Amino acid sequence: MRDRTVLSLVAALLALLVAGRILPQWAISYASVALYTGIVVLGMILMIRTGLVSFGQGLYYALGAYAAGTLDHLWKTSDLLTMVVVGALVASVVAFVLGFLLTKYRDIFFAMLSLAFSMILYGLLVKSSELGSTDGFGLSVKTFAGIALEQPRTTIYTVAAIIAFLAALGMHWYFRSHLGRLAGAIKDNELRVEYMGTSVRRVIHINYIISAALAGIGGALMAATIGHVDPETTAYWTTSGEFVFISIFSGTTSVFAPFLGAAIFEAVRTFAAQYFPNTWQMTLGVTMLFVIMFLPGGVWSLFQRARRTA
Amino acid sequence: MKYKRLTEVLKSLLTSTLLLASTGALAQQAKPIKIGFVTFLSGPAAGPFGVPAKVAAEAIVESLNAGSAPPPYNSKGFGGSPLELVVIDEAGGATKQVSEYRNLVERQGVDFVIGYISSGDCLAVAPVAEEMKKLTVLFDCGTPRVFEEASYKYVFRTRPHATMDAVAAALYLLEKSPTTKTYGGINQNYAWGQDSWSDFSSAMAVLKPQVQITSSQMPKLGAGQYGAEISALLGTNSDVIHSSLWGGDLEAFMVQAGPRGLFKKSQLVLVAGEPYLHRLGPNIPDGTIVGARGTHGVFAPDSALNNWLKSIYKAKTKFEPNYPAYSVALGILGLKSAYEAAKLKKLSSSIPMGENKGVKEEMEKAYALGASQEEVIAAFEGLSFQSPSGRMRMALGKGHQAISGTAYGTTKLVNGQVTVVNIRQYPAESVQPPEGTASLAWIKSGMKAKK
Amino acid sequence: MLAQVPAILIDGVMAASMMFIIAVGLTLIYGVMKILNVAHGSLYALGAYTAATFAGLWLSGGHAPLGSYAVLVASAIVVGLVTGPVIERGLLRFMYGRDEIVLVLVTYAVFLVLEDLTKLVFGVDPLLVAEPYGLLGNLDIGPLTYPTYSVALIGVALIVGAVLAFVINKTKAGKMLRAVIHDREMSAAVGINVARVYLVTFTVGAMLAALGGALTAPTTSVQPGIGAEKIVLAFAIVVIGGLGSLGGAALGALIVGIVQAAAVHWKPELELFSVYIVMAIVLIVRPKGLFAIPEARKI
Repeated sequence: MRDRTVLSLVAALLALLVAGRILPQWAISYASVALYTGIVVLGMILMIRTGLVSFGQGLYYALGAYAAGTLDHLWKTSDLLTMVVVGALVASVVAFVLGFLLTKYRDIFFAMLSLAFSMILYGLLVKSSELGSTDGFGLSVKTFAGIALEQPRTTIYTVAAIIAFLAALGMHWYFRSHLGRLAGAIKDNELRVEYMGTSVRRVIHINYIISAALAGIGGALMAATIGHVDPETTAYWTTSGEFVFISIFSGTTSVFAPFLGAAIFEAVRTFAAQYFPNTWQMTLGVTMLFVIMFLPGGVWSLFQRARRTA
Repeated sequence: MKYKRLTEVLKSLLTSTLLLASTGALAQQAKPIKIGFVTFLSGPAAGPFGVPAKVAAEAIVESLNAGSAPPPYNSKGFGGSPLELVVIDEAGGATKQVSEYRNLVERQGVDFVIGYISSGDCLAVAPVAEEMKKLTVLFDCGTPRVFEEASYKYVFRTRPHATMDAVAAALYLLEKSPTTKTYGGINQNYAWGQDSWSDFSSAMAVLKPQVQITSSQMPKLGAGQYGAEISALLGTNSDVIHSSLWGGDLEAFMVQAGPRGLFKKSQLVLVAGEPYLHRLGPNIPDGTIVGARGTHGVFAPDSALNNWLKSIYKAKTKFEPNYPAYSVALGILGLKSAYEAAKLKKLSSSIPMGENKGVKEEMEKAYALGASQEEVIAAFEGLSFQSPSGRMRMALGKGHQAISGTAYGTTKLVNGQVTVVNIRQYPAESVQPPEGTASLAWIKSGMKAKK
Repeated sequence: MLAQVPAILIDGVMAASMMFIIAVGLTLIYGVMKILNVAHGSLYALGAYTAATFAGLWLSGGHAPLGSYAVLVASAIVVGLVTGPVIERGLLRFMYGRDEIVLVLVTYAVFLVLEDLTKLVFGVDPLLVAEPYGLLGNLDIGPLTYPTYSVALIGVALIVGAVLAFVINKTKAGKMLRAVIHDREMSAAVGINVARVYLVTFTVGAMLAALGGALTAPTTSVQPGIGAEKIVLAFAIVVIGGLGSLGGAALGALIVGIVQAAAVHWKPELELFSVYIVMAIVLIVRPKGLFAIPEARKI
């Protein structure tokens, strides 16, 4: 079977760009949410394929979001490109440092130590009244790479779509590269990988930085899209939990899965909030149980099945 | 000149009669006005704030639609058009609220939004409202930052901001206990608790610089267990304990601190104590200083509007309305006042000058159109309106932020019921900064009233 | 500064005793079933709500006030007996063998469902039934006064710990349990009913969560969100102590309780994240927690 992923990615990008011109505003912002969440989940999936699940990805998401926010808030730089780049950089640098420690950990201990770090950041943010404590603060986007924007909202969406495309494409190639293939091998049997002469910790470290950078980018895009950052929706453990939730919900086999999963998840949540304002959490829970029970490969497996039968 | 004034008077007389008379006849045809209403339905803020607010909103809308509210709110709905509420849960954080706000406006097509109890949500939603050009009334959040850090055209807040809660608490405390030498605090570690404490301690520092702070306890929001905090406060032997705890956290603190004798040692000041007075009963010591974040509830003036709110609220629950219920009334009645003022203005300007023909037709046409959002905004800015909590003036934030006086009192247990005595009212100017001055700077500069 | 040490120790131990009861159920379930049960938080909340409701009914019915303690404990047992088997038989047993992380998410989904269910049954108004808290009077310890109830809870925590330790180490049931922990397949092969061990373990764990809630209920106001609040704390405790270790849960609870109390007395602004700093330090020094026992024997 020939690999049609690249072609499909290009087609998806074109469709997203066209949709940006014709869809109503609410659909654009809904799609933006799915895109930036999908970018974060893409990074989660890389780690899950390596056998590690972080319960503290909110750390990097928050760093990206607050990097973007403080650029506008404190340094009066309302440039979208700068925000995304700085968000990715800050997250990568922190991941590079923490990586020396975290790459020693596996399973639940990796999950819990990352949770501890994200909760420490949460505590710091809540304490800092200059950053608005739990209320957070607002930001706005005015330029992209120095060019003044007529319609920032459409631009943020377009940029999110292009970054999502590049991230998915890059990840697709990475999964197929020698280094990328090691991820699965490490998950299956670390010892064998070590015997092959590869440093498992180095591979994990690299993957960890990539996934943190993606979370940072996602956070920066979130801040730009929503126009507001606060600790609870970025660094608190429930946000990290939601990323794990969407990762498993999506399935880890394809670079499309995170975006599809994030889109469905967001749709279910909005739908539930509108029609069952008293039981929207329950609706999410039941949906999740349903997916785990009947679609062990995540919602993406539905599409795979459809393709196989076609 | 004289002639012109006479026509003005005639015109307004005519229009108001027509407005009232035609309400009944036209109400059937009028398109309902859809209001998005956002309040906590889950989480810890639902019980004390969110659900009472929802109950009050539904009761008020029912009563307005039936035209049974006392004047000046006795026309049906908003100027004859019935109201319809679309209720959304505020839980889930600011990011989710921004998405839900967009859905409310674009997919549900609401005409106005009234909502938000959490200050974080208000700060996040306000710029989006501005971007989407949708008139949005913030009804309960308290942070002064909303209009002090930005200015909005489409966003209004019909309750005063939280600065006055802290300032009036300090004023009242020093009047009641002028010998206060030391005070400590227990406030939740999130924006509201931190701001309450810093405003209160700044006000105290200005009013009586020699008073010492002993300890500032900052438990986590929703902690529920305060054993160590109470020990620490007991150890400080403070004359006064300041607290902005609310809801279940406040109850838990009272239940745990009472038996350990904290209130025998220290005078307690509860900035947001009012909503739970009826539940605290004997757990609240006599002489506790309590506020209701405005002239709501027990502090509300005796008026037909206040009695109306009490009776329609009690018909739905067995309790008296608490301050969030009063906040809702401010939001809905403020918007109604603005809407009807805008409609009236439109009607009067639709009367052709010096002509007697076609007056009725023109007016009916204008009536059927209702007031446009821009017209409502123009009428809302700087508006002064009556409410169950007294008169509100949209005086700050370029006419978008309400001010009013506030009040504090002390509790007294009478036949097992908590009552509030020694009520002292504070006029708006003495507890709120003038336009253009940021709250904290105003407190630190000595809280001078505008001359 | 040193003058506060006694108060810190007393406050810390009191807080620890409440947290231990919750954490020990969590560690028991993890030790035997390898499930990090997020729904433990909602079972705690359910126990608190049920106990407060029935204790309130009992007292307003004019029955003997001392009987309310029995009502609290009975409520916890009932909640455990109902929810434990329903969740384990009705859901979890279909998931055994799946990834550990998938199991965490299954319990997270159950947590979401139970949160809304609790809200639908008990409403959003906080429940305040404080009579059992004040009934036993107060004790003066040094310069400070403490409710006898809080002191008694320390005893309850000790009893719960002792009974569990005895059952696990000294009885036949405990032997079977340890066998299952050690090697599930072998245990099944020698005729141990693994399914039943799982069912009983989960039910006992659920009961402990509910007991934690039921005994805390009179000391506080039971409000929505207490489950989410407690579950992260319980996670931190069992991770610090070493997952699956009984002694670890006790030590973890003590450390967390005392560190939090110390923060409150000395540096209140650090209280919010003191637990996570301790958790990070412990994991850095002892990557699998303090009482990380070799894989084979975890409880």
